[in-house]
Amino acid sequence: MADYQITDRVDITDVVCPVTFVKAKVALEELDEGDILSVHMNDGEPVQNVPRSIKEEGHQILKLEDNGDGTYDLIVRKVGE
Amino acid sequence: MAVDYSALKAGGFMRQKQKDNFSLRLRTVGGTVTAEQLRTVQAVADEFGEGYIHLTSRQGIEIPFIKLADIEVVKKRLAEGGVETGVCGPRVRTVTACQGGRCCPSGCIDALDLAEKLDARYFGRELNHKFKFGVTGCQNNCLKAEENDFGVKGGVQVAWKEDACIACGVCVKACRREAITLTDGRITVDEQKCNNCGRCNRSCPTDAWDVTPGYLVSFGGTFGNSLKFGEELLPFITDEDTLLRVADATIDFFAENGLPSERFFKTLERVGIDKFKVVVTKAYNGED
Ligand code: HEM
Ligand code: SF4
Ligand code: SF4
Ligand code: SF4
Repeated sequence: MADYQITDRVDITDVVCPVTFVKAKVALEELDEGDILSVHMNDGEPVQNVPRSIKEEGHQILKLEDNGDGTYDLIVRKVGE
Repeated sequence: MAVDYSALKAGGFMRQKQKDNFSLRLRTVGGTVTAEQLRTVQAVADEFGEGYIHLTSRQGIEIPFIKLADIEVVKKRLAEGGVETGVCGPRVRTVTACQGGRCCPSGCIDALDLAEKLDARYFGRELNHKFKFGVTGCQNNCLKAEENDFGVKGGVQVAWKEDACIACGVCVKACRREAITLTDGRITVDEQKCNNCGRCNRSCPTDAWDVTPGYLVSFGGTFGNSLKFGEELLPFITDEDTLLRVADATIDFFAENGLPSERFFKTLERVGIDKFKVVVTKAYNGED
């Protein structure tokens, strides 16, 4: 099904905006170009805003998975070093 | 010699409770003041005022405690430093704007540029009562468009581009109006719910949206003794010429139908907002 292999995961459900994005950004910094990060986030502000911020950082978003429990997993491919 | 207070007021000199003292209102557009202008304002406030300024609620600057005897020299000094005096009384007031489009990443339109055009066209125009224009760059509404007699809000019309979409589902959640549905890899937008905020496009990883920027206009807002939100009476406007036609028609309608000391919303209530809607709809359609 999924045509990507998740390299790492980060859970940002324990923080609120704007730290949500900061935490995701730090997790991405740990990775290498082309690695895939799954970002676990809450409904509401995080899912409304974090994907956009990650896009604006230049990374590639592949999918937003709805876990059906009020959380989402955003699948991101790291772009750049 | 008798002092002509209303002429002073028209020129931005607001009589203070302290006899022969005036708070001098300056002309600003969209809350933008250059560093050079600030140096002039600083010098005048130091020399002729009490060494401070007041920032007004509508992005203006006032220099309080200007003495009656100094008014002419103060005007001259300001003019030399590129600072114009503002207006008060029954006329078009300071045009306010956010930094949308120029600095703010959320901006759908260049709010400041539009404010400058509206200012050049209408500032100081005599009417039956004060009349306020405000321009805000997007639905976040930092500039609070609906509290103005004529409020402009930037937006975008969005159209999904099937070819570019990867069906990731991000836009469905980015939309705060629940206007987007994703079914079997196809996106649909409920135009009744969409408020032209553009968040879908900004969050889309593949830019799978065609966006057309434009304006949403609200009429007859006021936030003083009476509180009233301006009402949107027209569809989304996609070009500046149409917007200016609508603004012209609005000002002309107020000039023709307003009574002395009657705010625009009162005129609309008395004459009937439906009658006004017919007039601005004609302007919107480019009919005479
Ligand atoms: C260039 C970047 C930014 C611009 C141009 C901007 C602009 C604005 C404007 C115009 C307002 C409305 C102010 C008002 O109601 O008078 C506002 C409100 C606000 N901004 Fe920003 N902002 C920026 C960045 C940020 C950042 C980075 C944060 C937080 C980390 C932030 C947090 C807020 C908050 C919390 C409010 C609401 C304040 C309130 O309603 O009391 N802003 N912003
Ligand atoms: S109204 Fe929109 S464009 Fe203007 S400052 Fe606020 S967020 Fe930015
Ligand atoms: S423009 Fe805004 S309201 Fe309209 S569909 Fe896009 S995100 Fe939703
Ligand atoms: S965010 Fe863009 S790519 Fe993803 S589903 Fe929406 S339109 Fe398609």
